Amino acid sequence: MAEKMLIDARGSFCPGPLMELIAKLKSGQVGDEFEVLSSDKGSAKDIPEWVDKAGHEIVESRENKGVWHITVRKKR
Amino acid sequence: MASNKISIVVVSGSRERLQMAAMMASVGAVSGNDVTVFLSMNALSYFLKDASETAPAEGEVGAMIAEKNVPPFKQLFQQAVELGDAKIYPCSMAMDLLGVEADDLDPYLQEPWGLTKFLSHAADAQVWSF
Repeated sequence: MAEKMLIDARGSFCPGPLMELIAKLKSGQVGDEFEVLSSDKGSAKDIPEWVDKAGHEIVESRENKGVWHITVRKKR
Repeated sequence: MASNKISIVVVSGSRERLQMAAMMASVGAVSGNDVTVFLSMNALSYFLKDASETAPAEGEVGAMIAEKNVPPFKQLFQQAVELGDAKIYPCSMAMDLLGVEADDLDPYLQEPWGLTKFLSHAADAQVWSF
């Protein structure tokens, strides 16, 4: 059963949110989803870029009151 | 992911340069690149066991790094190794100058490299220096 995990990286600067996501992704299973919360604009650009390169999937990316919610599905 | 060789030479002991080198190493390594870091001159002593985790700032942005929640450079170097399989080599010349042995350095570092070895490894790599 795929799980959904929340990674609260609010307040952390680049590349903190990305590194937190990668650490969690590594230990997850294919199909798991990870929702990263980030207040860092740079990370909001950089995380989708990495996800695309690494062959995972962006499920959703939205901003709400200065916090980006980026949901990533582990594909491999 | 396309794999490139990235060689990063770190000689400075300033906070901004160590931070930028650590960012390049960690993001480069987790993006599927073959990352090698060579630590020499003033950079090496931060990788002694029990060394200071903070370095003196050169300017305004460096001062902000300490005040805000920026990942510490040592943590990023370690994540480069653990999450991205980067290899970090201490420079044997700097070790001789400091009078330190491999056992005195952080355990995630590789065995010391001399310049000849680094240069031959970096021959077909992107080279970044800090």
